[in-house]
Amino acid sequence: MTQEKEIVIRRLKTAKDLGKFMADYYYELDDAAKSGKKKVAWCTSVGPAEILRGMGFLTYFPETHSAMLGTTRMASDLIPKANAIGYSPDICSYLTADIGAFLEGVTPLSRAFPGIESVPKPDVLVYNTNQCRDVQDWFAWYADRFDVPLVGVETYRNVPEVTPAHITSIARQMENIVEPLEKVAGRKLDMDEFKNAVALSRECSDLWEKCLAAASAVPSPLTFFDGTTLMGPAVVGRGTRKAIDAYNLLLEELEERISQGIGAIENERYRLYWEGMPIWGRLSMHSKLFAGLNANVIASTYCSSWIFTALDPADPFESMARAYTELFIVRSDDYKEEYIKNKLEFFKCDGIIYHDAKTCPNNTNCRYGMPQRLEKRAGMPSLVINGDLNDLRMLSDEQTKTNVEAFIEQLEERK
Amino acid sequence: MSPPPAKNAEASPLFVGVDVGSSRTKVAILDAALNLIGYDVRKSGTDFSLTADACLKRALGMAGRKSEDVVHTISTGYGRKNVAFSRETRTEIGCHGKGCYHYFPRAVTIIDIGGQDNKIIKLDDGGRRLSFKMNRKCAAGTGAFLEEMSARLDIPLEDMDGLARKSNDMVKLGSFCTVFSATEVLENIRGGKKIEDIVKGLFYSVIKRVLEMDSMTENVVMTGGVVAHNPYLVQMTEEQIGRPVLIPPHPQLTGAVGAALYALEAVQAGAAEENN
Repeated sequence: MTQEKEIVIRRLKTAKDLGKFMADYYYELDDAAKSGKKKVAWCTSVGPAEILRGMGFLTYFPETHSAMLGTTRMASDLIPKANAIGYSPDICSYLTADIGAFLEGVTPLSRAFPGIESVPKPDVLVYNTNQCRDVQDWFAWYADRFDVPLVGVETYRNVPEVTPAHITSIARQMENIVEPLEKVAGRKLDMDEFKNAVALSRECSDLWEKCLAAASAVPSPLTFFDGTTLMGPAVVGRGTRKAIDAYNLLLEELEERISQGIGAIENERYRLYWEGMPIWGRLSMHSKLFAGLNANVIASTYCSSWIFTALDPADPFESMARAYTELFIVRSDDYKEEYIKNKLEFFKCDGIIYHDAKTCPNNTNCRYGMPQRLEKRAGMPSLVINGDLNDLRMLSDEQTKTNVEAFIEQLEERK
Repeated sequence: MSPPPAKNAEASPLFVGVDVGSSRTKVAILDAALNLIGYDVRKSGTDFSLTADACLKRALGMAGRKSEDVVHTISTGYGRKNVAFSRETRTEIGCHGKGCYHYFPRAVTIIDIGGQDNKIIKLDDGGRRLSFKMNRKCAAGTGAFLEEMSARLDIPLEDMDGLARKSNDMVKLGSFCTVFSATEVLENIRGGKKIEDIVKGLFYSVIKRVLEMDSMTENVVMTGGVVAHNPYLVQMTEEQIGRPVLIPPHPQLTGAVGAALYALEAVQAGAAEENN
């Protein structure tokens, strides 16, 4: 019988600091919702959070909550509850898991953070459809449920080049949500606070970009699987000083690892790129699977989704419009192909894994011939894993293992 | 380089490949001259290790040899990590590629139709793998589809090939899904269609699902138990792609043969390292 070999994955010390950041964040929200001291806005993960900070809102991001439903493997039992009220199993499993959890009155926040009994009640919901239409439908359900206003930005899709027309349109939409938000906030948008939030978001984004870029070192001090949880502050804390402090610590540790030649896994022989959503309920399993084959998934499109280099406090609306439109997910396949090709070169990758997420077509980029085109252009071997971000009924672990092992065998033949 | 001798120095060394598939377990024994001198196939059942042991025993009997003569074993397939007498594994994708290249040393596209999954594997002219694909989490186009349909139609699995050959007016089934296909079959039975025309339609459905998984290069090889037991599938595939399909001598054993070849290579590599 074959013996399982010991797998060495080196955890980052600062992961604890980032965990503390997330705990403080959720307790502050919980306190605000219970005491009514501050207004709470629910915001999509690449929504206009900086505007909300300029009005003193605390922001809660349901997508992060859904990812927690995934990592805790609560999602698969909750998704059917949303299916039963008319939300198809084929649509976003973030949406169905989150609504299912609400219907059942459960939340992983209670497990992670004692004392928190529920998600914080919103005073308003704010979306940007730059990710997908599902976020709008998702938030609309809660707006109806809580009887609170829903405002948002409807973005463009498949954008080859971001033009002034795109920027003007999105910037105006952002300006137009200010007035209804002020009514909820009970105060005016403070332009200084707003600009400060944009400046802090930019700083956070720049630091997060540097942290991710650290994975270009050989061996990489970071794995994609680390990145999916370390990115928490970039999502929920952008526009705050605390997020910047957290990433300064992380960057310091990563640079220390690089200077000492310490890799996140032992014996990094293959460097891989992950395209698509993580399979949240399998982060640990996948991290061990790859590490056990001396393969490190070092970089991804997904974790880079919270890099907003266009943000500029001198021109907050226009720069936010650009930053939130020039995102990978909003762009055309030509742009995406070039983007991935550059990342593969920058991170010195040997291969690319595409996650074909059953319920997330917008974050799945292997359905229109991308793997074949990139293989032809960049000679990059690829593997497609069928799965889902949250719905574990959509995947076969055994098939994933066999596919990954076979892919590494294939790379081995090329070494 | 010659492989090291077996523990029984009198006997020439043996190399064993075990392919524990979801449906059948296959064992192939090669001698140092790469001759297939023993093999066995049986249902995998629920105790993979026991089944593999039984297969090895019978294969050794066929070869007229003893277990002491086995120098190295490599296991593959879904149960590859459950074979008590194997210390090393390779994936079935690698082993099928290896086995096919052994018989057809050229650039090929391999179609393997197994009990639970299908594979399309592309090799270059040096036998290196260029790409591979497995079917998605669905029985369409696999042996499981034909097994399900034979049970539904109450036709023994082994009679399906003969029935399909008798068809003069194939029924085309449109559905992707095994359950929906079963409904279509029932509709056709109610509509008075002949059973042989329906069975040929089922075969056609398998081929269509497989051919849409990937493009085919010039040389196409078909392997797997489904092909071994239903050779009419090969003929139908040839009609679809418009050229002959290559078939190894024992299509169901290709993965096991590939594993045995890897076993021999591993021993040779070990010997080379020792010599260095």
